[in-house]
Amino acid sequence: MVDNKVDKINSVFKNNMRKYGMAIALILIIGLFQILTDGILLKPLNITNLILQNSYILILAVGMLLVIITGNVDLSVGSVVAFIGAIAAKLMIEQNMPVIPVIIISLLIGALVGAWHGFWIAFVKIPAFIVTLSGMLLFRGLTMVILKGQTLAPFEKSYQILSSGFIGDIFGGQTFHITTLLMGIVFSLIYVFVEMKNRKDKIKYGFDVISMKLLIAKISLIVIVINLLTYSFASYRGIPNVLVLLFFLVVIYTFVTNKTIAGRYIYATGGNEKAARLSGIKTNKVLFWVYVNMGLMTALAGIIFSGRLNAAMPGAGNGFELDAIAACYIGGASASGGIGTIIGAIIGGLVMGVLNNGMSILGIGIDWQQAIKGLVLLIAVAFDAYTKSKSNN
Amino acid sequence: MATTKFLNREVVEMSEIILKMKNITKEFYGIKALDNVNLEVKKGEIHALVGENGAGKSTLMNVLSGVYTYGTYAGDILYEGKECKFTSIKDSEKLGIVIIHQELTLSPYLSAAENVFLGNEQAKNGIIDWEKTTTEARKLFKKVGLDEDPDAIANTLGVGKQQLIEIAKALSKNVKLLILDEPTAALNEDDSEKLLNLLLEFKKAGITSILISHKLKEVSKVSDRITILRDGATIETLNNDKNLSEDKIIKSMVGRDIVDYYPKRKHKIGDIFFEIKGWNVSDVADESKKIIDDVNINVRKGEVVGISGLMGAGRTELAMSIFGQSFGKKLSGKVLKNNKELKLNSISQAIDNGIAYVTEDRKNYGLVLIDSVKNNVSLPNLEKISKNSVINENEEIKIAEKYKSNFNIRSRDILQNTGDLSGGNQQKVVLSKWIFSDPDLLILDEPTRGIDVGAKREIYTIINGLAEEGKSILMISSELPELLEMCDRLYVMNKGRIVGELSKEEATAESVMKCIMKDNKEAEYGG
Repeated sequence: MVDNKVDKINSVFKNNMRKYGMAIALILIIGLFQILTDGILLKPLNITNLILQNSYILILAVGMLLVIITGNVDLSVGSVVAFIGAIAAKLMIEQNMPVIPVIIISLLIGALVGAWHGFWIAFVKIPAFIVTLSGMLLFRGLTMVILKGQTLAPFEKSYQILSSGFIGDIFGGQTFHITTLLMGIVFSLIYVFVEMKNRKDKIKYGFDVISMKLLIAKISLIVIVINLLTYSFASYRGIPNVLVLLFFLVVIYTFVTNKTIAGRYIYATGGNEKAARLSGIKTNKVLFWVYVNMGLMTALAGIIFSGRLNAAMPGAGNGFELDAIAACYIGGASASGGIGTIIGAIIGGLVMGVLNNGMSILGIGIDWQQAIKGLVLLIAVAFDAYTKSKSNN
Repeated sequence: MATTKFLNREVVEMSEIILKMKNITKEFYGIKALDNVNLEVKKGEIHALVGENGAGKSTLMNVLSGVYTYGTYAGDILYEGKECKFTSIKDSEKLGIVIIHQELTLSPYLSAAENVFLGNEQAKNGIIDWEKTTTEARKLFKKVGLDEDPDAIANTLGVGKQQLIEIAKALSKNVKLLILDEPTAALNEDDSEKLLNLLLEFKKAGITSILISHKLKEVSKVSDRITILRDGATIETLNNDKNLSEDKIIKSMVGRDIVDYYPKRKHKIGDIFFEIKGWNVSDVADESKKIIDDVNINVRKGEVVGISGLMGAGRTELAMSIFGQSFGKKLSGKVLKNNKELKLNSISQAIDNGIAYVTEDRKNYGLVLIDSVKNNVSLPNLEKISKNSVINENEEIKIAEKYKSNFNIRSRDILQNTGDLSGGNQQKVVLSKWIFSDPDLLILDEPTRGIDVGAKREIYTIINGLAEEGKSILMISSELPELLEMCDRLYVMNKGRIVGELSKEEATAESVMKCIMKDNKEAEYGG
């Protein structure tokens, strides 16, 4: 009996270690830098900066995660980010096109680029590594052609709303951004409602649920984190627009991957393509749409990044693909496909973002930052492999 | 003086007993996979090791070959009278203990000869002597009766030949004790027969073999003694003589009498439900080559129809081409259901039209091994439990739990990955998955391959239940006794054609073989 209990606790710990390991690591890293930087890291201004600096990598990671779940990779996203920026700049600065059509056209072109890659990968069956490596060269080249090797700047002010704007305060709060605080409360309520509904449904089906006490503890913790975060934003300039966008992307894609047929098809295709196909899944269509989606996310990241730089540059987005891929792997995605979560990829991206930001505050050079990030990637994946081998035996 | 005497006695014993495994206990996280297992193998004998899946056969052999290194288990291994403490497979191979695993481990793009000498290259100063490699390989192939070019690439050869290459590889290591784990699981009757005869020849040459097998027929045919394992413990070692019946072995394996090995069903056969007319399929690689040639078959409601034939007769190809053209090119012919022609251009169309295909290769084509039982079961019919393409996960859990308990799927829970389950339980998950898709015609391709007696019977019971519900079942199997017992009617296939249709009364091993032989003869004279 006692043995059973110990075993159970052990297995719960082991399972959760795997599930929450990287989240715990993120908290530890934040704590470490909070101490090392004498509290600068979590200052409202810095949190805002952290989000703005990493938003485009996180958006890319959302798209990349789906690609990685299917067991593939997209090396072209850095070049495509630059390509989209160049097109937007060309349309806006040289053709004087208004903002809304520029954004729509950019997103469309992003999706087309994704469809281009998806076509070769899914229907002609050329390995994704090769197709997107070609895309990486192709779109970097096209960017330089469009920009004629020059930097195009500046964009219209309104183009930057997405990348550097903040939500307006309809209540006109003086010291605090009241809308932000309210949003925190509204999100908390929605969250509580969703958790309660899940519990009720589970009980309706007669399944085991965690005890009310534990649930309340869990809910309280998350509500506190949400409100601390919004409080922090409220004492600076409010919530950045890009964070709202990111929030919705995470919610939507988490929902799609966890709860919908499309999501299940993506996991099944990556887990065993042959078995998925024989189960009636059109795996080549799944692959194709995953790449179209990747293109769309890349376009979004391209718009935000060029807006943030307020310029389109031939060398923009260099190496973004590797940051996005690293975010997914650090967040527990499997290189052979079939495994990975959106939240994991976001956490992975944040781990790298906090490391960058923290080390920058400490005055550590970009050289060492790069090296340390490389080691973190290896350690994270090694840790994952280790816990996996433990839980398998 | 006393010492000499003692030694002498040991010598006598040694000449008789080549291997003695004493009180072997092996635990995995507190669960005993092997519990005080004892095994004695005499020199020069063929010793069979039988038991249900999970009885510990493979674990025991992994202990013996050094896959589980010394210290990770308790107990002693005495080989040729010496105590062995293997720290790797290399150690055991040095002493002439070679294991051939169930899943063949040839490197697919290397040649047959390269595979034989993999890790043991015929080299001088690190430079490979290709002539020696080829000639030595040829010698070894002759010994195992393999008539094949040593330069042939491994993955272009059939399973039977690949198996022989593995054995040639074992011979090249000067094998004294050969361990074969389910060597005939993937072989047809012909190749199985050849392999077993080869074992008998090895015996004459003084090589000792340990044969792990689920097929009791071959065990009683070739083995001298049989050790039975159950739930990680040795039950008994029997001498294989005339008095030994299969029933006795089965009883000892499962710990009870299996009264009816093939459970009975109520036959309620209805009208013709599915009909396949004038079915032709060409090879994917070579369109001029016909793989399926003018096949006409039908299945009635509630009927179990078997398709028998040798390996390569085109049975799997027939099934897969019907299942939404998942095999072949230039298909022609009709599939009728209730006299209405079906459109079957894709697998999803086939599923929508009530056709399900349970693959012969559950690991590669049947299951997503890194995903849960639950997600595997629901995969072909997610629409059924979804609203606006959002999956109702609670409903999904309920369904998975239902199949888990109805079909007795032994997994920790429905969230356990299917890759962690035993073969029999994996097969039950594959069946659940397709039964959940609610088919009218269920095509079963080798539904009991590589699974143990107990699980087999459970699968038969499931099949009977489906037939009684009025489903039409098309069953492909290389185990003829299984087809003869389970099927209401039997088609015999040969070289892509139907060469015989036998009622349950007409069907015997002889009558099936006759159909094939007659066809082969006609081809000889006709061509």
